[in-house]
Amino acid sequence: MWQFFHKLGSPKWFYGIATRLMPWLLVAGVLLLLAGIVWGLAFAPKDYLQGNSYRIIFIHVPTAFLAQSVYIMMAVAAVVTLVWRMKLADVFVKAVAPVGLVLTFLALFTGAVWGKPTWGTWWIWDARLTSMLILLFLYGGVIALDRAINDEKSAARAVAVLVLVGVVNIPIIKYSVEWWNTLHQPATFKLTEKPSMPAEMWVPLLLAVLGLYLIFGWLACLRMQTEILVREQRTRWVKDLVMAGRF
Amino acid sequence: MTSNPVRVQPVNESIGVAAAMKAVFMRDIKVAFRQRQDLLNPLLFFVMVVTLFPLGVSPEVSFLRESGAGILWVAALLSVLLSLDHLFRHDFDDGTLEQLVLQPQPLFLLVLAKTLAHWMLTGLPLVILTPVLGVMVHQPGNSIGILCLTLLIGTPVLSLIGSIGAALTLGLRSAGVLLSLLIIPLYIPVLIFGTGTVAAASEGAPVGAYLALMGAFLVLALTLAPFASASALKISMSNS
Repeated sequence: MWQFFHKLGSPKWFYGIATRLMPWLLVAGVLLLLAGIVWGLAFAPKDYLQGNSYRIIFIHVPTAFLAQSVYIMMAVAAVVTLVWRMKLADVFVKAVAPVGLVLTFLALFTGAVWGKPTWGTWWIWDARLTSMLILLFLYGGVIALDRAINDEKSAARAVAVLVLVGVVNIPIIKYSVEWWNTLHQPATFKLTEKPSMPAEMWVPLLLAVLGLYLIFGWLACLRMQTEILVREQRTRWVKDLVMAGRF
Repeated sequence: MTSNPVRVQPVNESIGVAAAMKAVFMRDIKVAFRQRQDLLNPLLFFVMVVTLFPLGVSPEVSFLRESGAGILWVAALLSVLLSLDHLFRHDFDDGTLEQLVLQPQPLFLLVLAKTLAHWMLTGLPLVILTPVLGVMVHQPGNSIGILCLTLLIGTPVLSLIGSIGAALTLGLRSAGVLLSLLIIPLYIPVLIFGTGTVAAASEGAPVGAYLALMGAFLVLALTLAPFASASALKISMSNS
């Protein structure tokens, strides 16, 4: 167990594992996502109220789901950075913050596209939209702070503090805007209850969510590998890797 | 610039935490009063931003009555944000902050004392100025009272959360803009409940729950924010 923990801190070890893991993540992710989206877009039944326009849910929900859980993953990594000073944790935060930003933007964008036919407007100041918008700002702040500090170590720890402050604030933001104004439908998946839609709808949705998780895993590995190569460029193993032409 | 250097009682190990906090607090107040213009600037900014709304949007009484509280809150928020840059900057530049970090007393308590001094110098004057501006944006008397009360509870929260951002961006290029980017998302809940309280009061609804929630924000910020700012300060100090 402890040995595993120590290895996890070693960029070289992670680089090797990631290289072996990535093809699997990508293939499984693309297959699941394709299956979910094709099933959802072409074969799932129409919604009796929203007709075909509801089908954007198969893109909207996975991105929104990921957007939030990426932030939570970043917060966990931030704790690890501050407490154990583990190199890989801050590589992770730095690598996935832009991915989180893009996912949040996609969730907002698809939400706007979905909002037009169902609510009759691109944007309203609704609780869920507003808190996702604030999440977008938080991601932006994290990236901006990271870029502004030149020293790698201080940047990592400063960003970790900011991510943690943000995570304290996320429930507060969520509830403050929820009590303030709401129109968005309640969450699609809850851990404790059965989904309120038929299986032909939620199974493809679940596949799409899982697929996007795996693709995110692949992307995170790829971006972390790049960051590791940059940071470890003076080490022996990176030189060997480059000389051998395998990277 | 011509003023004498401020003398601080040497803080040695024998003095207690409370005495150290008091020393830091009194010193910040004293330094601020040697640079009076710096005290006045956020207040002038506050008044000017409030002036922009009737001129830029509409001077109609009905509009101002409806949105006056929100305008005052946003203006107060912006002027606190503007003044945050001063919170640690001067002490950072002249090395005082380094000495503060090296003190035997816990840094987060000293940071808390500094933040409270910052609030006394910026937040409190804003609250005192609010009734006058409230009349200018046609708020009824009842609303002005509630507005002052929400700002009284809310501005310390703004200072406390802001101290984290000020500590994180210390010594960076373009710290001002970056500070706003980091801090504004965190200010949103305070703004929502601050203006929500006034809106509820003007509709005659009970405001107890709103005020209790704002009080909860204050307690949360008082207990957690100094820790975050203290650790952010240490990171920024090791950076330079």
